[in-house]
Amino acid sequence: MLAKRVIVCLDVRDGKTTKGVKFKGNVDIGDPVAMAKKYYDQGVDELVFYDITASHEKRSIMIEVVRNVAKEIFIPFSVGGGIASVEEMRAVLLAGAEKISLNSQAVKNPKIIEQGANLFGNQCIVLGMDAAKDESSPSGYRVYINGGRVATELDALAWAKLAVKMGAGEIVLNSIDADGTQDGYELNITRMISENVGVPVVASGGAGTPQHLVDVLTKGKADAALVASMTHFGHYSVPQIKEYMAQHHVPVRMDY
Amino acid sequence: MAKDKVAVVDYKAGNLKSVETALDYLGADFLVTHDPDALRGAARVIFPGVGEARASMEVLQASGLGQAIVDFFQSGRPLMGICLGTQIIFEHSEERDTACLGLVKGKVRRFPESGGLKIPQIGWNQVVHSDSHPVFKGIPENSNFYFVHSYYPQADIQEQVMARTEYGITFSSAVARDNLFASQFHPEKSGRWGLKLLENFLGWNP
Repeated sequence: MLAKRVIVCLDVRDGKTTKGVKFKGNVDIGDPVAMAKKYYDQGVDELVFYDITASHEKRSIMIEVVRNVAKEIFIPFSVGGGIASVEEMRAVLLAGAEKISLNSQAVKNPKIIEQGANLFGNQCIVLGMDAAKDESSPSGYRVYINGGRVATELDALAWAKLAVKMGAGEIVLNSIDADGTQDGYELNITRMISENVGVPVVASGGAGTPQHLVDVLTKGKADAALVASMTHFGHYSVPQIKEYMAQHHVPVRMDY
Repeated sequence: MAKDKVAVVDYKAGNLKSVETALDYLGADFLVTHDPDALRGAARVIFPGVGEARASMEVLQASGLGQAIVDFFQSGRPLMGICLGTQIIFEHSEERDTACLGLVKGKVRRFPESGGLKIPQIGWNQVVHSDSHPVFKGIPENSNFYFVHSYYPQADIQEQVMARTEYGITFSSAVARDNLFASQFHPEKSGRWGLKLLENFLGWNP
């Protein structure tokens, strides 16, 4: 039986892992390579790195981080954040990443999904999507870009379907409403997207307790759940989360 | 020279970086090559790959690498397939109706779209093996390995099925015959058990 995945997300700025704390900006919390190794040893199923480096000139720092992470961990990891061309995708993949996550750049230029999928395969192309409740959008949710700050014309469900059609092999769905609350994932949109696209859906935003993961992986129909604050700040370790999931009959990889 | 080395076949099918980093980690003496003669002369060969069957077969045929893999298999030295490499050693793939190398009898089919099955299968799934093959030595039955694929191999000869995995249907997740071992999963991305399996292959003398 395919296991439900626990994925840890690391935001990286200028080569350091950082974490946004609501209304307080970002605080550095460690070296991404050392943190990746720690989570690998703890049995995390996958990692995601988001490059939130502001300046384009410092992009090479991220490639170096990817290269060093690849030497230390032997599980898949994806890289996202500002990737706008197939050349940038290639650089990240050749540094050792398994997948590319496209978010705002895919909204601005949807062709990039198709180009990436044709060159590297659908399994390499992840659509990252920030969505928030909006009654005026057909599915009840609207897509946002630029870290959730800018509303788009796109309906969340329509965009998910289009991206899959264009070649996205997986969707990471981040709920802006739930993000940072630690009150649990947004189950409604997760279930809606997951039941309506044929590719795996990773839930993101709102995780605070292991029960939240169980909820989104069962009721929310997600294939994987992404966590950040929960593990970064030491509230829970990956094994604690997984043991809880296993006790609640969620299929999970325990033999790490 | 290639004769003491592990050769990793580079046929422009996806990213070989993770295979390279895993082999580096294990201390293997290897080269990544698209030269058919370097392949024929290698001590062992790893045939990886991610991508589309038809396009990959065309590259293999045009470059002479396909024949070199068949020749290498006939030399009796250890050959390992991974993911698309494994699918291509079968006789046929449903992916754009592609004739493959035919080292293992059987077919590669697409996962059924029905029943809400997500395609591709992405993630960790249990590999049910009987522990009988040296490449699985020391790896517990039902260990989890990492899979990414939309098509699955099904071997005709049951004795050549070394492991089975269930995803909508039950498929041959590892096959072996003579000096060949091939897995649908990615050992290079499968954590400790994946590294153990690669280490076993590097020490395997069929």
